[in-house]
Amino acid sequence: MARNVSTQAKVGFTIGAWVIALLLFSPILWTILTAFKTEGEAIANPPTFLPQHFTLENFGAVQDRSDYIKHVTNSILVSVGSTLLGLIIGIPAAWSMAFAPTKRTKDILMWMLSTKMMPAVGVLIPIYLIFRDLRLLDTVHGLTIIMTLINLPIIIWMLYTYFKEIPVDILEAARMDGAELWNEIVHVLVPMAVPGIASTLLLNVILAWNESFWTITLTSGRAGTLTAFISSFSSPQGLFLAKLSAASLLAIAPILLLGWFSQKQLVRGLTFGAVK
Amino acid sequence: MATAQTRTLARTMMLPAVVLLFIWMIVPLVMTLWFSFQNYSLINPMMTGFAGWANYIYVIGDPSFTQSLVNTLILVLGVLIITVVGGTFLALLLDQPVWGQGILRILVISPFFVMPPVAALIWKNGFMHADYGLLAHLWRFFGAKPIDWFAQYPLFSVIIIVAWQWLPFAALILLTALQSLSEEQREAAEMDGANAINRFWYIIMPHMARAVTIVILIQTIFLLGIFAEIRVTTGGGPGYASTNIAFLVFRTGILSNDIGAGSAGGVVAVIIANIVAIFLMRAVGKNLDA
Repeated sequence: MARNVSTQAKVGFTIGAWVIALLLFSPILWTILTAFKTEGEAIANPPTFLPQHFTLENFGAVQDRSDYIKHVTNSILVSVGSTLLGLIIGIPAAWSMAFAPTKRTKDILMWMLSTKMMPAVGVLIPIYLIFRDLRLLDTVHGLTIIMTLINLPIIIWMLYTYFKEIPVDILEAARMDGAELWNEIVHVLVPMAVPGIASTLLLNVILAWNESFWTITLTSGRAGTLTAFISSFSSPQGLFLAKLSAASLLAIAPILLLGWFSQKQLVRGLTFGAVK
Repeated sequence: MATAQTRTLARTMMLPAVVLLFIWMIVPLVMTLWFSFQNYSLINPMMTGFAGWANYIYVIGDPSFTQSLVNTLILVLGVLIITVVGGTFLALLLDQPVWGQGILRILVISPFFVMPPVAALIWKNGFMHADYGLLAHLWRFFGAKPIDWFAQYPLFSVIIIVAWQWLPFAALILLTALQSLSEEQREAAEMDGANAINRFWYIIMPHMARAVTIVILIQTIFLLGIFAEIRVTTGGGPGYASTNIAFLVFRTGILSNDIGAGSAGGVVAVIIANIVAIFLMRAVGKNLDA
């Protein structure tokens, strides 16, 4: 990174980059600031930048109105549950495709990817009816199943691209030492694959957390996740901007923090390893 | 080399994933196809039986379909243009030596982690509201009449919100691709006297071409299914002004309880997505050999 750039140019680039970055971040920043204002101040004209009467009462009001705790619990259950389930199904599959590939492995991988291309609306109606008949509508486990299936191709692809980078020689050396296959996986493969598995876990929790098609169409009151929680704020009854901001902040804060840690893996995961 | 025993084991371990995804893909799709040829309304249970092409004729023949299809195209193309052009610009800027690189990346990527309904609502109420939105304050500050975004420019407003969410994704992927361009190559070009514009066109652009293709294709897959942003802002309106195909299917099938017509719309959505998917598979498939 030893490109020679004059200090002048660096100052210019720095200012330009910061202005644009802050512009992009401004809706989030504005939401954070508004969340701590009173309702009156939130819609004041002219607006205030920093909260003049710093208050936390919006957060309490949001909890009373829409039960944040219940929704965040559902979000955690669905996103973590579906990701763990996906890993349990995905790790063996990715293992066998990476280390015991056949002629058809590539076709199977591409086919798995193709299931990801199916637009959700194309299958919304049958899924809705099946869920209605099996009494899975508005249940956490029903939603977890759907989320697992949606993210399974991404999980397998991500794991596959990580496993591919583990040199087969090392696994074979272990095998010649007489290690059983099970030992080979537990003691040789897993320790080397931990970073890859962790990245896969992180990105898929984020994707499941933010998924807003199935979570809105298949839930109502009981199993609603944060996407449903926030959608209940879409019709402004009894205003509200400060409370809406508080609710928004509560819905995005956990995943924003996780996202900052996993931004590098995001590129790799979402491009199916095509851009590294 | 894998022994015969390992191979058998490998196949067994792959089985659950393959079977699950196969069921997930085939069962609902066959059902959608089946329903699309049936008279099936949850409101009118008396209406049953084979419908032939009636549902398709009803859905495609309705003016709302043409408008939704056009809206879908405008939405996808509008967002693609903004994110690819803006993303390239942003990636080039972030690739420069600047102070605070790490924090900048965090600020820029953040919108991508905001769940769609939140993104839509903070834009709708915090920014685009005609009375107290930040943009209205800005307009008034410059003596202009504030715009009622969702009433006057519903589709454009949705495009802005979606582009805001996807610009970071495009920028981050393009930046990653940019950083894999070898320093030697750039320096060689610089020493040969190529100016910044020539370096961009002849060195950087060809290198980025594949990343741009991938950004376009992946985004298209997601953009075809834009739903929550429309649901919580305009509800598809006014009229059908901001309804896309995904929302139309939801409106017909779930809100109006017309299973047959909704399914026909769903089949059309699948066909559109498949055309896009073929191109994506080719682009990603090529990479698999490399």
